[in-house]
Amino acid sequence: MTGLSIENLSMRFELPNGDHVQALQDVSLELKAGELLSVLGPSGCGKTTLLNIVAGFLAPTSGKLVLNGHEIKGPDAERGMVFQQGALFEWMSVRENVGFGPSMKGTPKRDKDETVDHLLDVVGLQDFKEKAVYELSGGMQQRVALARCLANDPDVILMDEPLGALDALTREKMQSLVLKLWKETGKTIILITHSVEEALLLGERLIVMAPRPGRIHKEYRLPFADLGVDADLREVKKHPEFGPRREEILNMIWDMEEEIMGGKEDAA
Amino acid sequence: MIPLLIYIVIFVAAFFIVTKVVQGAGLHDYTSLKTVTFGDESAVRPNRAAGVISILTIFLMWGIFTGSSLLPGFLHAPGPFEGTTTFTYTAQVEGQAPDDATVTVVVHPRDVETDAPEIEPGDGFAKNDSAAIAQWRTGLINVARNDEISKSDGNTVIAINGQKIAPGETVEVEGGSVTLSDKGTPNFQPRKGWQMEPLYLPSPEAVWSRSIEIVKDGFRNFTLLEHLGYSLFRVVVGFMLGALVGIPLGYAMGLSDWFRGWFDPIVEFMRPVPPLALIPLVIIWAGIGEAGKIILLFLAALWIMAIAARSGVSGVKISKVHAAYSLGASKWQIMRYVIIPNSLPEIFTGARVAMGVCWGTVVAAELVAAEQGAGMMIMTASKFQNTDIVIMGIILIGVIGFGIDMLMRWAERILVPWKGKG
Repeated sequence: MTGLSIENLSMRFELPNGDHVQALQDVSLELKAGELLSVLGPSGCGKTTLLNIVAGFLAPTSGKLVLNGHEIKGPDAERGMVFQQGALFEWMSVRENVGFGPSMKGTPKRDKDETVDHLLDVVGLQDFKEKAVYELSGGMQQRVALARCLANDPDVILMDEPLGALDALTREKMQSLVLKLWKETGKTIILITHSVEEALLLGERLIVMAPRPGRIHKEYRLPFADLGVDADLREVKKHPEFGPRREEILNMIWDMEEEIMGGKEDAA
Repeated sequence: MIPLLIYIVIFVAAFFIVTKVVQGAGLHDYTSLKTVTFGDESAVRPNRAAGVISILTIFLMWGIFTGSSLLPGFLHAPGPFEGTTTFTYTAQVEGQAPDDATVTVVVHPRDVETDAPEIEPGDGFAKNDSAAIAQWRTGLINVARNDEISKSDGNTVIAINGQKIAPGETVEVEGGSVTLSDKGTPNFQPRKGWQMEPLYLPSPEAVWSRSIEIVKDGFRNFTLLEHLGYSLFRVVVGFMLGALVGIPLGYAMGLSDWFRGWFDPIVEFMRPVPPLALIPLVIIWAGIGEAGKIILLFLAALWIMAIAARSGVSGVKISKVHAAYSLGASKWQIMRYVIIPNSLPEIFTGARVAMGVCWGTVVAAELVAAEQGAGMMIMTASKFQNTDIVIMGIILIGVIGFGIDMLMRWAERILVPWKGKG
C-alpha cells in the first residue's frame, strides 16, 4: 500500500501558564502516491504543525501517520523538506548543497555527481554549480533547495511556503517549475502556502484549514494543476472556474479571520 | 594648553585645506553624489588624507615639543635656556654701606658635566660668585659663603639687579629668575621654555636610537625579540589551551540542557571577572613563572571561547537542522556538516576578542612580575626612568596588538567567507 495516510491526528500542548492549545484536532487525510496537496488557512490554523508532524519533527499527542505501510516516527530521508528560505548551507557551494543528501548516505562520488548534474540541469543552475549559495538570488536559492530535496529521491516532498519570500515574477516562474518537477518525478507533494492563487494553481487537491482547534474545514479537487503542466499559468487563471473558486476560498478565509478578530475583541 | 591649541589649529587648518581646496574637484563616484550624507553611515568613509595628516601631526607635535633634530629649528617650541648669564645682588650689613656683587651662572644640558666658571672676587665685602646649574633644575647660590662678613653676622641680600627682594619673592633676570629662599639665599631657576624635559618625553630620534640599541644589545639579559617572543608565546599557548577547552565546553552547553544548566552559572559568573583581577590569586597559586602566566591567559580565553561557541551553536537556524535531518543526516553528521560550520563565524569573532584580551592581560601580568616580556621591559625601564624604552615598548605593544587583530581578521576572511551571509 503506497501513499500517506493521516488518521485522527490531534496535537495538544500545555502552555507555561496552565492553558493549553489544541493545535490540531482529529485531522484525517489520505494521500495517494503522486498527489499534490496544497494546504491553505489563516495563521494559527495548525498547517505548519501538521507539516512538522508529517516531517517527523513533532510527535502528535494522538493519531497515526502511515507512509507506504510503516508508521512515521521521526525525520527521515524518505520525506524531504523545502523551507521558505535560509535553510541552505551557506558554507557549501551549490553543488555541495545539492549533493548533501547523497553524501550523507555515502553514495559513490560518480553516482552523486551524476545526480547533482542532472538536477542542476533540471532547475537550470548548471552554470552556477561552483558558486557559493549566498551569491545567488532568492529565486535561484529556492531552485537549489528544490534540487537538494530531489537529489535524495524522497517519497514525499513537504514544502513550507517555499515561494513565500520571492517577488511576484520569480514566484510565477517557480510555480511552473514546481508543477514541472511534480509531473516529471511523480512525487507526492504537500505544499503549504498563504497565497490562494498559488494553492489553486498548484494543488491537485486543496484543503482549507480552520483554527481553534486546527481542523480541516473544506476539501477541493481541482483541475488547474493538470492544466498548468502544459499551459502558461496565466492562461490557467483565465479558466472559467478559477475566479469563482478563488472568491469562494478568499471569503471563507476572510470569515475565519474575522471570527478570530471578533473573538479577541470579545475576550478583551 | 598650548600643545592642545596647536593641535586644534592643525586639525582645523588641515580640514579646510584638504576638503575645500585640494579635494574640491575630487572624486565623482556614487557616494560623492549623495546629497544626504549627514546620518548616512555608508556615506561616512574615513578620509585618507585626514588619516595621514593625523599620524604626521602626532610626530610633528612630538618633535616640536622635544626640540627634535628631525625638524628645522624654527618649528621648535622655545627651548630651555642654555649658556652663561649673570645677575647682581646687593648685600647689606648693619652699620656699613650696601655692597653689590655679580653672580655668574652657567646653565648646561643635564648630560654635560660642567664646572662653575672661575671669576674675579671683586672688591667690597660682598664677593662675586659663580655656579653651574643643569637645565630644568634649580640651584641655591650661597652668595654669602665667600663674603667677608658671614650670614650669621648679619649679611643679608636685599636686592637682585637693583630690585628690592624679600624672602619668598622672585625677580626675573636674564635667562631665568631668582627667588629668595626663606633663609635669604638666592635660588636661581633657568628659563624652562615650552619643551618637554627628555626625562619625561624624549625626542623621536632618541627613542629610535635607543630602540636600535636595544635591538642590538638586548635589555636585561634578553634580546628585544626574546622579550616580545615570550609575551607572544604566552598569549598563543594560553589562548590555544583556552580554545581547546572552551570550544568543546561551549558546544556541550549549546547542545545539552544538563551541560547548559551546570556550566551556565560558572561561565556567567566568570565572564565579567576581569582577568587582571585574577593575577594576585594566580601568583599565589602558581608563582610568577611561565605556568602562572599561562594559567591566567587560559582563564582569560576560556570563558570568551566557551560563550562564543555556545552562541554559535544556539545561533544555528532550526530550519537548517531540520533540512539536514530530512536529508538523512545522522546526529554526528549534523554536528560535523551543520553545527560546526555554522558556529565558526561566531568562534572567530570570539577568538579575535580573546586574543585581544589575552594580549592586554599578558602585558599587565608582566608589569606585575616577570623575568622577561614586553610588560616587564617597560616596567623595569620606568623604574630606571628610561622613558625612551618605555615609549618604545608601548609602541611595540600597540603594533603587535594591532597585528594580531589584523591577522585574525585575515584568517576569518579566508576561512569563513560565509560569515554574515546566512
